[in-house]
Amino acid sequence: MKFPMNTLARPLAALALLLAVAAIFVPGFLHLEIKDGHLYGSLVDILHRAAPLMLAALGMTLVIATRGIDVSVGAVVAIAGTVACVLVGSHGLAVAFAAALGAALLCGLWNGLLVSALGLQPIIATLILMVAGRGLAQLLTDGQILTVYEPASFFWLGGGHLLGLPVSLFVVAAVAGLTAQLMKRTALGLFIQTVGINPVAARLAGVRTAAIVFFVYVYCSLGASLAGLIIASNIKSADANNAGLLLELDAILAVTLGGGQLSGGKFSLAGSLIGALIIQTLTSTIYALGVPPQVTMVVKAVVVFAVCISQSSFWSSRRTA
Amino acid sequence: MKTFRAAVAAPSFTAWVSVVLMVLLFIVGASSYTGFGSTQVVLNLLIDNAFLLVIAVGMSFVILSGGIDLSMGSVLALTTMVAAWLLQVAHWPAGLVIVTVLLGGAAFGALQGVVVHVFRLQPFIVTLAGMFLARGLCFLISEDSITIDAPLFVTLSQTQIPLFGGAFVSPGAVIALAVLGAGLWVAHCTAFGRTVYALGGSEASALMMGLAVGRTKIAVYALSGFCASLAGVLFAFYMLSGYGQHAQGVELDAIAAVVIGGTVLTGGYGYVAGALSGVLVLGLIQTLIAFDGTLSSWWTKIVIGALLFVFCAVQRLLSLKKVSA
Repeated sequence: MKFPMNTLARPLAALALLLAVAAIFVPGFLHLEIKDGHLYGSLVDILHRAAPLMLAALGMTLVIATRGIDVSVGAVVAIAGTVACVLVGSHGLAVAFAAALGAALLCGLWNGLLVSALGLQPIIATLILMVAGRGLAQLLTDGQILTVYEPASFFWLGGGHLLGLPVSLFVVAAVAGLTAQLMKRTALGLFIQTVGINPVAARLAGVRTAAIVFFVYVYCSLGASLAGLIIASNIKSADANNAGLLLELDAILAVTLGGGQLSGGKFSLAGSLIGALIIQTLTSTIYALGVPPQVTMVVKAVVVFAVCISQSSFWSSRRTA
Repeated sequence: MKTFRAAVAAPSFTAWVSVVLMVLLFIVGASSYTGFGSTQVVLNLLIDNAFLLVIAVGMSFVILSGGIDLSMGSVLALTTMVAAWLLQVAHWPAGLVIVTVLLGGAAFGALQGVVVHVFRLQPFIVTLAGMFLARGLCFLISEDSITIDAPLFVTLSQTQIPLFGGAFVSPGAVIALAVLGAGLWVAHCTAFGRTVYALGGSEASALMMGLAVGRTKIAVYALSGFCASLAGVLFAFYMLSGYGQHAQGVELDAIAAVVIGGTVLTGGYGYVAGALSGVLVLGLIQTLIAFDGTLSSWWTKIVIGALLFVFCAVQRLLSLKKVSA
């Protein structure tokens, strides 16, 4: 712990640098205007587009803090979106959303069961749902892309506005606020960290590690299902094949960029949100510059290598040696 | 009863389960669908999954060493792309192109191995970044698919090596089987192979035994990179094109095949030969679903997921039993 106060400094600096570069090279990047009572501009757009990733990253932060990983996030996004789209026309909004959250709850329970009760490695345990999940979602839609025409209230979540801002931002703010309160006001945050630092010691100290592990996978799946609902509502359809594709990898990347360590024990919710914003700013800027969007992957790869290598114990052991 | 219990307790139990499953799937197919029980259907399994077998052999080594390589599918795609570009745009001779891409794949893998070893990073995150990098590089070369019409590639893609009774195999399948043979030899008959097992069993012990941990780790990732690019060359023979979207998610199929073949994911235990039975089980499921005609393709994903679960659970329960015994 060399810079205990500055854990957010690095991701914030990276975001600021990226925004500065975008402001210089993309004309009108910082421009904001009010049209029809709504706030418009590139910055609002980035926040809006980053919403699903931020929701996924919040859950992933807790999973990674327990030394786990959840690669089924994208599949859960597809399942939740599909369930909602299948039901919303016939059973109404409330039932559709409840069913989507219920399906995600089952997914989370499944992952949690495999990791905590069966003791499978998290990456393998969640890989099972990652492989099978999209198949299940396709089963629900018969392999078709299911388009939703009504009710119009379904489109409000992913495309509507509240107080001039996109609704999705309020969802993110609510989830982030709730998570932060849970971590700060209860001992949960401490328990999660304990499990991540040393699961055996945590168990011997009386922490119910299995319950904690269960909780983080369920939480992650629920976050992913909210992301799935926002995506489905935004594109007005369920795309079992492509909705949330590779979202899990971006979420892991966001957590890593935000200062969370894959070896567990250290996490920062704010850092993960900033990490998600860095990724979305990068993607949006690359689009705006007219560079082929696939180049984003090369840039992301370079960023991951740089961040991971800079976090490596290689440097600290050098210095102390 | 005693022999049955001994068989279940034997470490090779799940490996044998996959062989039995393979035979069962084939019997089910042969008895339900006309034309399934022919030699050619079996050989087609090898022909269609030749690239997956090569990937699975490479993945076996990485997993045996206690690591994982998520970049293999992307390296495969990058290989088809680079090969197509060198052949069609730069007009290099085909032989030179193949040698170049194979060396390139090995170098890519070795580089990941160096990062994993020197900076003590998790293989998962390093090869994840490698996955993004290789896919992104594909699209830097070209966003569209490039068709390959080099004579050597076209000839190899169309060659049928005749076997008994009118059945045939492709050169790709022969190469894949040769890779499997070489993999078996390296894993079970060389010092390198033993070091890989030791590394997967316990890195700390391997280090204390004075084994070349760093060199072996880097070599394992170089080997998987090489296998990925060789699979890419086979894929290019098969598809006659280079494209950045080729073989999405193949690394997951390979991991599934390796697990189904009886290799333990925590490393140190398993058989390279399991790659073959694992790949054939996956291939048989796909063929069964194709023969049935009424089942949709997404059932493949669901069944593979279910199989993965069953095998992981069985492995886990067996290892728990061993600890308590």
